[in-house]
Amino acid sequence: MAEAIGWIGAVLVIAAVGLSIAGAVGVLRFPDVYTRIHAASITDTGAASLMTLGLLLMAGFSPAAIKLCIVWVFIMLTSPAAAHALAGAAFGSGHRPVLADPRQPSEDEA
Amino acid sequence: MSLLLASPELELVFSALLLTLVAGLVVALLAARSVLTCILLMSAFSLTMALWLMTMDAPDVAFTEASVGAGVSTMILLGAALSSTDVIPSLRPGRLWFPAVACLAAFIGMALIVPDLPVFGDPGSPPSAYVGRLYLEQTPHDIGAPNVVTAVLASYRGFDTLGETTVIFAAGVGVLLLLGGQVRSPDAAPEDVSLRASAGSPVLSVAARLLIPIICLYAFYVLAHGEFGAGGGFQAGVILAAALILHALVFGVRETMKALPVGVVRACAALGVLGYAAVGFLAILNGGRFLDYDALLSPVFEAGLPSSHLAGGHHHWGQRIGILAIETGVMLAVASTMTAIFYAFTGRVSRSDAAGAS
Amino acid sequence: MTLALVLTPYVYGLGFFMMAAGLLIALTSRHLIKRLIGLGVFQTSAGVFYILLSKVSGGTAAIRLEADSPAAEALASRLDAAYIAAHGVDGVVYSNPLPHVLILTAIVVGAATLAVGLAIIVRIRETYGTVDFEEISALEARALRDVREDEA
Repeated sequence: MAEAIGWIGAVLVIAAVGLSIAGAVGVLRFPDVYTRIHAASITDTGAASLMTLGLLLMAGFSPAAIKLCIVWVFIMLTSPAAAHALAGAAFGSGHRPVLADPRQPSEDEA
Repeated sequence: MSLLLASPELELVFSALLLTLVAGLVVALLAARSVLTCILLMSAFSLTMALWLMTMDAPDVAFTEASVGAGVSTMILLGAALSSTDVIPSLRPGRLWFPAVACLAAFIGMALIVPDLPVFGDPGSPPSAYVGRLYLEQTPHDIGAPNVVTAVLASYRGFDTLGETTVIFAAGVGVLLLLGGQVRSPDAAPEDVSLRASAGSPVLSVAARLLIPIICLYAFYVLAHGEFGAGGGFQAGVILAAALILHALVFGVRETMKALPVGVVRACAALGVLGYAAVGFLAILNGGRFLDYDALLSPVFEAGLPSSHLAGGHHHWGQRIGILAIETGVMLAVASTMTAIFYAFTGRVSRSDAAGAS
Repeated sequence: MTLALVLTPYVYGLGFFMMAAGLLIALTSRHLIKRLIGLGVFQTSAGVFYILLSKVSGGTAAIRLEADSPAAEALASRLDAAYIAAHGVDGVVYSNPLPHVLILTAIVVGAATLAVGLAIIVRIRETYGTVDFEEISALEARALRDVREDEA
C-alpha cells in the first residue's frame, strides 16, 4: 500500500515537471510581460503545489511531511505576491499589454 | 522513503547534468549585453549552483549559496547598478585576443591536471580518506553535535571562523569608509523611490507584514538548529539581513532606519565579532585554551547536567553552549554587516542621483 | 565505477571551464559591474572544484545518523556491505565535510568583498561620471597628457 502511494506521488512529481516545462515554454514564447508572468506563475503555484503533494505522498507521515506543508504555505504566500509586484513594476515602468485585435492599436502605438 | 533515493551512479549522472546547466548559465553570462541581465543571470547561477550543491551532499553550502548568492548579493548588486548605464558596450576586437588567449591557456593548464585528480565520487581519494574521515569519526566523541560541518566550522576550526567573521566585519567597515556613512538619523535618509516600484500596494505590504516576522523566526531556528541539521550562524545572519532588506524594499529605507537605526546596526556588527572573541577569552579565563569550549563550564557543574544527545558517554554541554554562543556572534556580525552595507548603498546611490539631477 | 571514470574528466572540465569563463568576463568586460560579476563566477567555480573533490559515491550529507535508524537503513540498502564496511563511519557512508566548511565561509566572505568592490565602483562613477573601463582609461590618459604638457 505504502509503495502504491509512493508511486502516485512519483506520477504527481512528473506531472509537476511537465507543468514546469510548459511554464518555461510560455515564458520564452509569449508576446508580452503580462502573459509571461502568467506562464511563470503557473510554474510557481501549480507545479510547486503538485511537486510538494507528490513529495508528501512519497515521504509518508514523517517530520519531512510537516516541513513540506510549511514550504507549500510559503510558496502560496510569496509567489503570487511576487507576481503582483512584478506586474505592478512592469505597468509602472510603462509596459502595456499587447492586445489580440490588430485593428485596435495598443496604447504603445497610439 | 526508498523511492526518494536514487542509485549512487544515477546520483553522479544527475549532478553532472545540473553542473552542465550551471555552466550554460555562465555561457549566457559571457554573452549578456545588459547589466540587469547579468545580475539576474548571476542570481540564477547561484540558485542552480545551490541545487547542484544539494546533489553533492553539501546542504550547508547550498543553503549559504542560495541565501547569499541569490538573495543578498543580488540585492547589493542591484542597489549599486541602479543609476549606472545598463548597456555594456562591446570591446574592440584588438583588445580581446590577449585576455582570451590567457584564459584559454589557464583552462588548458588546469585541464592537464585532470588525469592526476581523484575519480569523481571516489571514497578512497586523498582529500576524503584522511582528515575528513577523522572529523566524521571523532565528532560524536569530541563535540557531540550530529552536524559535522557545524562541529568543524564552530569548534575544531573555531579560530579560522573567527578570522572569517572578522574579514566580513572589515569588509563592512571598508564599504562604510568608501561610501562615507554619514546617514545617521532616519530623517536624513533619502527616500529612494527607485527601489520602491510598487509603493503603497496593499498586496505587498500585507504579504511582507506576514512574512517578515516568520523570516526572522526562521533565522533563529536556523541558528539554533545548526548543530542538528543544515544551518548555522552564517546562514541565519544572511536570512535576518534578507528580512530587513525586504522591509526596506516594501516600506522604504527610511521606515527600516526608524525601526533599526544605523548606529544600532553598526554597534551590533562590532558586538558580534567581539562576542565571538569573548567566548574564546572566557575559555582562557577558565583555564583552557583560546576557544576551547570544554573549559567553559566547570567539570563539577557539568556533571550535574543530563547527558546530551549522541553523547557516547560524554558530557558535551560546554561544546554545545560554546558553539551556540559563537554562532550567535557570527549571526549578529553577518546580519548587521550586510544591513549596514545595504544602508550605505541605498543612501549613496540616491544621493548621487539627486546630485546628478540637480 | 566505469561510469564515474567517464564522468570525471567531464565534471572537472566543466568546473575549469567556468573558472576560465569567469576570468574572461573579469578581464574583457567594459562595464565594471560585469567585471565584478565575472570575479564572482570565478570564485564560485573555485568552490565547485573543492566540492567536486568532497563527493563520495553513495554518500550522504555529513550529518551523523544513528546506524540503526530508518534513514540510515534506507541509505545502506542501495550499497553493498563491503563498500560500507570499507568507507563508512559507523555503518553510514558520508561525503567529506571539510571542503564544505571551507567553501561555506568563502561564499559569505565573497559577498562581503563583492560589496567592497561595488563601493569602489560607486566612487569611480562619482569621480569619473562613467563605469566604462575604456572611457576611464581614456580620461586617465588625457589627464596624464595634460600633466606632462604642464610640466613641459
